[in-house]
Amino acid sequence: MIPEIGHFALILALCVAIVQGSLPIYGAAVGNSALMAVAKPAARGQFLLVLIAFCCLGYAFADKDFSVLYVAATSNSQLPLHYRLAAIWGAHEGSLLLWTFILTVWMFAVTVFSAHLPETMRSRILGVMGLVSMGFLLFMLTVSNPFERLIPAAADGRDLNPLLQDPGMVMHPPMLYMGYVGFSVAFAFAIAALLGGNLDAAWARWSRPWTTVAWCFLTVGIALGSGWAYYELGWGGWWFWDPVENASFMPWLAGTALIHSLAVTDKRGGFKVWTVLLAIMAFSLSLLGTFLVRSGVLTSVHAFATDPKRGLFILVFLAVVIGGSLLLYAWRAPRVGLGGGFSILSREGMLLANNVLLVAAMGSVLLGTLYPLFLDALDLGKISVGPPYFDAVFAPLMAPAIFLMGIGPLAQWKKASLPELAMRLRWAFGVSLVTALALPLVLGKWTPLLSLGFLLAIWIVTTSAANLRERLTHGDGGSFAGRLAAVPRSYWGMLLAHCGIAVFIVGVTMVKGFETEQDVRMNVGETATIGGYTFRFDGTQDVMGPNYSAARGTFHVSQDSRAVTVLYPEKRRYPVQNQIMTEAAIDSGLLRDLYVSLGEPLEDGAWSVRLYHKPFIDWIWGGCLIMALGGALAISDRRYRFAWRREEQDVPAARQMAGRKVA
Amino acid sequence: MIWLGFIILLMPGPAWAGEAKPLTEDPVAEARLKHLAVELRCLVCQNQTLADSNAPLAEDLRREVREMIAKNMSDQEIIDFLVQRYGDFVLYRPPWKMTTTLLWIGPFLLLVGGAVALVTTLRRRGQTLTDSVVTDEEHRRVEQLLSQGVKEVRRS
Amino acid sequence: MNRFLLPLSIFVVVVGFLAVGLTLNPREIPSPLVGKAAPDFSLPQLHEQEKVFSPKELTGTVWLLNFWASWCSGCKTEHPVLMQLARSGEVPVYGMDYKDQREEALTWLRRWGNPYPVVGVDESGRVGINYGVYGVPETYVIDKQGIIRYKQIGPLDDEVVAKKILPLVKELQAK
Repeated sequence: MIPEIGHFALILALCVAIVQGSLPIYGAAVGNSALMAVAKPAARGQFLLVLIAFCCLGYAFADKDFSVLYVAATSNSQLPLHYRLAAIWGAHEGSLLLWTFILTVWMFAVTVFSAHLPETMRSRILGVMGLVSMGFLLFMLTVSNPFERLIPAAADGRDLNPLLQDPGMVMHPPMLYMGYVGFSVAFAFAIAALLGGNLDAAWARWSRPWTTVAWCFLTVGIALGSGWAYYELGWGGWWFWDPVENASFMPWLAGTALIHSLAVTDKRGGFKVWTVLLAIMAFSLSLLGTFLVRSGVLTSVHAFATDPKRGLFILVFLAVVIGGSLLLYAWRAPRVGLGGGFSILSREGMLLANNVLLVAAMGSVLLGTLYPLFLDALDLGKISVGPPYFDAVFAPLMAPAIFLMGIGPLAQWKKASLPELAMRLRWAFGVSLVTALALPLVLGKWTPLLSLGFLLAIWIVTTSAANLRERLTHGDGGSFAGRLAAVPRSYWGMLLAHCGIAVFIVGVTMVKGFETEQDVRMNVGETATIGGYTFRFDGTQDVMGPNYSAARGTFHVSQDSRAVTVLYPEKRRYPVQNQIMTEAAIDSGLLRDLYVSLGEPLEDGAWSVRLYHKPFIDWIWGGCLIMALGGALAISDRRYRFAWRREEQDVPAARQMAGRKVA
Repeated sequence: MIWLGFIILLMPGPAWAGEAKPLTEDPVAEARLKHLAVELRCLVCQNQTLADSNAPLAEDLRREVREMIAKNMSDQEIIDFLVQRYGDFVLYRPPWKMTTTLLWIGPFLLLVGGAVALVTTLRRRGQTLTDSVVTDEEHRRVEQLLSQGVKEVRRS
Repeated sequence: MNRFLLPLSIFVVVVGFLAVGLTLNPREIPSPLVGKAAPDFSLPQLHEQEKVFSPKELTGTVWLLNFWASWCSGCKTEHPVLMQLARSGEVPVYGMDYKDQREEALTWLRRWGNPYPVVGVDESGRVGINYGVYGVPETYVIDKQGIIRYKQIGPLDDEVVAKKILPLVKELQAK
């Protein structure tokens, strides 16, 4: 019964989406207030209906209802509750439902936080989002129904893939989708602006917080995915340039470019047309990612089970949405007025140079990801494009962008002077260069790449410090504390986000330069040393988990005879899918990770063991988190709080008129 | 006395055990294998390197590569061996060929193209634009006017 | 005006490729050995272990080399097709038992029938690697000069045999 309610809720949601996608946009075109007013209740209605559907599916999982095909395929009676619920997004149909649900969450958020927008704009934005959700709901109801029944019901489910039975699985997709799907708001803003024909700077100001929030979520989502691969896959890697990883990274690159471009359009009114195109691109890449992961055109560890019908549907949807937006862009963009002019050497110029680099990087990732498909389609052979290509191509594009990151914030708007900039940055440059050259030597190994990594990271920090110092000493007079308080949060956010990148670069540089690995055969009682730590193998014991059996090893770790920790790696067997999983044991620290994974059992209780010492690896994800925090800080800036507060001023006045209440 | 000595000899040694031995006989060859295998594709996996895969074919191919290393074949010879049998698909680093030229120079073209587009557009603009700077004061005024407008629409 | 249409044009091209991509299989590895000499080998036979099986003995005939194993489910699917082919006498199908146990292979053939005049034993899988085998079953069409002319990846079915294999075999036999 409950699954049918969920199914019905989706059908209703589709009807609402059709209404939401048509009436408000038409209303905005002809100036009909009643039609435009349909947008808000429609969006909220959709949110409610999809929420009901989502809860129904969750109930089916919690209740172990194996008469629902999707539940039978991805769950099992032995699966613990939290994983049964996370299994909602464990495969194609359910993850689509999550996608749609999160879209309605963003729709709802737009209805709450858009009081300051003109009605025409808001109705167009919600209308566009309605069109997108219409596509996804139609997709689910035709070829990907999560509520499809299995008659007769299965006795038990096929279980969730053991690789996914993990806390990372619970958090990674929702975070990622909040980001991916969140770019639909920036996209809707762009389309609304093109439809309305008005691309003034206010549009950019309104767009910015939405874009930044989505970007924060996407940053966290990608970091979670990377961290999860690190500890779950058992071989210590954290990024493979796998097509699905690239599918999430490309929107991130476009989104980062978009945030910076919006800054130019907001402050200076310049390059509106380019910003609109970027907003379309960012969401298009999200949709493209959705296609790549589910269509079977690319091979990936992450890919969902595929079906040509599904691939075709998404492709047609993609063609309509993106093709339609780009057509609208080609038609309307030429009419948009140009913003203020500026010289190539100026803050605007540098922000746009940063855009060029980010978009070139994104284009390269796209090229590498799709190239095997291109060649195969043209019958020119079959190749693989993997990490060696991406590593070779990506770093040279990013390094200049990072250099600009240091110079940009110091440059004047409109026209900057190169000698003057060099003067202000000479100290930062000197310190960075010297430290970068010396540090690898101090650490014991010098290579040019190590120095380059350090140079970029230290450059970011020293230029940020120089920038901050200038801001605090050349202020409008008054006390230092006063000047400190006057620094807006968006500025702190920028500094924090940029420093997050520096932290990330340090992590990558240190790990790639100094990580060590050992493959040893360990008898009970034997020790192995790596990175200055001694690991003693104290045998294995058999343990039972809720839905697996495992051999759990015990490793006592010490450093200079002082005990550091005890690690328990496992070799698990999940009987339902008959899969063997290696569960690595990791001791995380600020300055290093110690990583142990069991290989194969040998004779007499001995095991082949792999040990890793990875210095600074947690700085990689720490850096990403700091970046996201920087974004969050920027959004909490006074400007955005002001916009909402102004609407609240109406309310006390209304209360006074209604009659005094005892305070 | 001799019996005591004999018994002492038979007793188990001190409590600490020895250093674990490396898994392979020849760490140098193994390092070479790793260096090669991280750039080779496991053909039966869903996108994993030959170094990381546990698939039977991957183990067979690693065994083949080890034997080739033992025969002192060069890296290029080993790669050629595999490409002869499985094609370029087995390489994660796409080879430089006619068909992959666009792949390898593409990023550079994108960068140069983007830079050229940026510079030409800015130059062209510089000649046609007049100045109009929107100050923060004007921003605030605009939003004030807009929100007034919104309130008026609501009241009506 | 032109430059505003550029994003759309690029997109249309990409969608075109993606559409074609939907019809392709990204995991299928075409063989680089088609058109090249079939790698030589000299392996013990499955039934008469003292005897040796080598492709050199088969120069002058057009023949099929079928890699199979008793543990492979796809091989069971294609087996009736191979039996039919053997019965028809159009082209001899030689077998290569890939990474298998002798006893299990013999039992399997006894149970399901033996379409092969000779079966070679590739226990280590080395000959498979030389032929670019990455899974079983895989079948090669080899001509009179010992050149590989076609590789079938995965199980044979009646359609492929009728439309691709037999016409090719007839063409090669006429040469």
